[in-house]
Amino acid sequence: MENCIVKNLALKNKSDPNQQSNEAGFASTKAGDHPRKSMTWDIKARGEPFLWGLGGALVLGILMIVGFVVLIIYNGFLTFFPKPIDRVSLRNGSVVAGELSRSEIYRPGPELLASLSEETRREIADRGGLVRRDLYRTGNFDLYNEDFRWVSDYEIAEISVPTDIFFVERIEWGPFIGTIRSVDLNGKILEGDSLTLSALRDAQRKAANRLASLHDIERNQIGAINHYMEKGRLKIRKEELTHGKESPEYRRALEEFKVESDKLDARYLELSKEATAIKERDAKYTMTLADIGGREKTIKLSEIVRYYPANSLTFPEKIRVYLSRWWEFLTQEPREANAEGGVMPAIFGTFCMTVLMALAVAPFGVMAALYLREYAKQGRLVSLVRICVNNLAGVPSIVYGVFGLGFFAYILGGSIDELFFPERLPTPTFGTGGLLWASLTLALLTVPVVIVATEEALAAVPQSMREGSLACGASKWQTIKYIVLPRAMPGIMTGLILAMARGAGEVAPLMLIGVVKMAPELPIDQFSRISTWTAVSCTSVFIFLTLDSSLGTRKLPSPWFTRPLFSLSP
Amino acid sequence: MPQGHETPETVYHIEKSPQGALLSIENFSLWYGKNQALFQVNMAVEKGLVTALIGPSGCGKSTLLRSINRMNDLIDGIRISGNILLDGIDIYSPDVDVIGLRKTMGMVFQKPNPFPMSIADNVAYPLRVDGIRDKKILRETVVNTLKAAALWDEVENRLQDNALGLSGGQQQRLCIARAIAGEPEVLLMDEPCSALDPVATAKIEDLMDELKGRYTIVIVTHNMQQAARVSDNTAFMYLGRLFEYGDTSRVFTNPKVEKTMDYVTGRFG
Repeated sequence: MENCIVKNLALKNKSDPNQQSNEAGFASTKAGDHPRKSMTWDIKARGEPFLWGLGGALVLGILMIVGFVVLIIYNGFLTFFPKPIDRVSLRNGSVVAGELSRSEIYRPGPELLASLSEETRREIADRGGLVRRDLYRTGNFDLYNEDFRWVSDYEIAEISVPTDIFFVERIEWGPFIGTIRSVDLNGKILEGDSLTLSALRDAQRKAANRLASLHDIERNQIGAINHYMEKGRLKIRKEELTHGKESPEYRRALEEFKVESDKLDARYLELSKEATAIKERDAKYTMTLADIGGREKTIKLSEIVRYYPANSLTFPEKIRVYLSRWWEFLTQEPREANAEGGVMPAIFGTFCMTVLMALAVAPFGVMAALYLREYAKQGRLVSLVRICVNNLAGVPSIVYGVFGLGFFAYILGGSIDELFFPERLPTPTFGTGGLLWASLTLALLTVPVVIVATEEALAAVPQSMREGSLACGASKWQTIKYIVLPRAMPGIMTGLILAMARGAGEVAPLMLIGVVKMAPELPIDQFSRISTWTAVSCTSVFIFLTLDSSLGTRKLPSPWFTRPLFSLSP
Repeated sequence: MPQGHETPETVYHIEKSPQGALLSIENFSLWYGKNQALFQVNMAVEKGLVTALIGPSGCGKSTLLRSINRMNDLIDGIRISGNILLDGIDIYSPDVDVIGLRKTMGMVFQKPNPFPMSIADNVAYPLRVDGIRDKKILRETVVNTLKAAALWDEVENRLQDNALGLSGGQQQRLCIARAIAGEPEVLLMDEPCSALDPVATAKIEDLMDELKGRYTIVIVTHNMQQAARVSDNTAFMYLGRLFEYGDTSRVFTNPKVEKTMDYVTGRFG
């Protein structure tokens, strides 16, 4: 190749005697004369193809990542945006109303074509045999038994956009798409002209407050009573276990409990009467809705989460709905089998667990690495330990889950239960999966990462600095504390961050050691709603990350088997 | 190691344990694993004077220097025999606290190694590790030491700046300041100027002159002119053996051992 180039140049210069052969300095060579000089023309030597190849590959990779992220952001951001509701009249006379979810083009098969009329078949053939069909979210699951509906274009007679149609998000049964016929406010009926949005807003706000106070009574106050009763019962059981059924302590505990429980019972009666009163009052505030076909449905005002006239919103109002949906997504609990509501428990649970895990892993990892690198006599044993630590980083995470379950939950937790909470047995207190054990298991999983990163960071501290410190009369620990660790800190933080990132994303251990759907009571939290969240959190992490694809992609039709037949929410 | 080479007599012009001797090295040998690096070195370092160790590369000067404050303990596989006595106390005896020993000595290394802290923190470091927390004492020491190290004028406005921002010569003077901050008895300097330019070198040699009376300085150098300029006593080492030790002026003008003559005249090394 070189000779070829040289020859070409030589020929070139021969044919052009006017050209200055010394211009480039190397053009005047003959083949075989100074083979070295041709190197500058050799593409392989200059490396440009490789450069272009590498640069191109990098650009391609970046484009793919950026494109992917942009696609996700674009689709995700648009998910919550309130869409207009179309009223589609079909040729067969029926009417469908819903939000347009997506469209696709397909080629109908022979059985489908056979079932259509001659005219329709000609229409389809005119369009090259292709049919477009649209997916409409019709809502009203309690009326139609389905949430979405396909409408092919040959079925459509007319599409209109009615201004009075509402999109009403409910606590149960998903959204309702239809018009508001009337509102019954404890006897006072609003309909037609008197049905103004402002009056509605007022009434709905009051209903929401009622619901909140009902929740408070049921969950917090009655929950407190239950808690006290349980405590009393446990105390009796404890006395029974320690002293036996015949002992005076047991009898005394029984009597105390009797007095206590009478008081609690009285209070419970009060509270439940209050709750019933609220419920009765609440049932008097209802809204009657009609779907597009005219079927009516009456719901309580307190069931409504959000409602808006989908086709008559101004842009700022749309933004308000959008932002309120985002807020709900980030701060509420999930409902309707994780198809509605928010991901707050998952966020909170992940956050809690990651923090606990970081607190557990940081000291142990750093101390282990310090010992391995600074104090241990370097030799075969230390190398072996290092190899083992590196191998630990490659162990599949489900093995950690099994280990955590066996060791932390059953052995440690079981022992704690037997020693400190014998009266609750066989219901496990610490002897089952939970936030604490999950965090410790994940800490175990990520400790090798921290150790390796810390060791690298410590090795990078120059020996001259260590010697300088020792020559000043510092002890080894002082050198580590004042010179080595601060200098290695960026590397250690990198290791910690990597560990936290890895731990927060691991699901397999949580399947075994973190799954607690709803603990009736955790020994560490008492009365706040946070207790529910911590209990649900680990399962939420698991569920949201693996099984549930419908949150965040609410446009997808929910398969029939995830639709609840009846509400399971606590 | 040349085999069959008879051990030459080292020529002393100072008695082995004179009254003024602060540091007494007696029959000191050192092995790195199987290799012997120092062979029966006998030397007495006088108090308040500058003693230079000269010789070609690999002759054991740095090893001897590091043995004095037991920095060789950091290396695995070191074995020693013989004694080094500081004020009559054998520093290698098992009941000597190494850290306490190092506090009585200051060491300056070949490449300046300031800590990644502020200038003031660097200088105050020996006191901090000694447990002195009183800010007044620390501040006073920093000021006095930096003045003694001839660095004060250049850094008095930026004591809190990072020490790594100083020039090479300033960093080395900072290291010298750090070495003398703890009021050591002996100052050990391992080729302190080899990484510096001539101007900085001159400044440090002036500094050594000023520090001479208060501190006993042992300096390792492969720069003979520097040894001649700066030191009071000179020791010539070759292949781990001490060949000659005596007054600087005499060693350089009238060396008694042939090897020394060859080295100082530049015939080898």
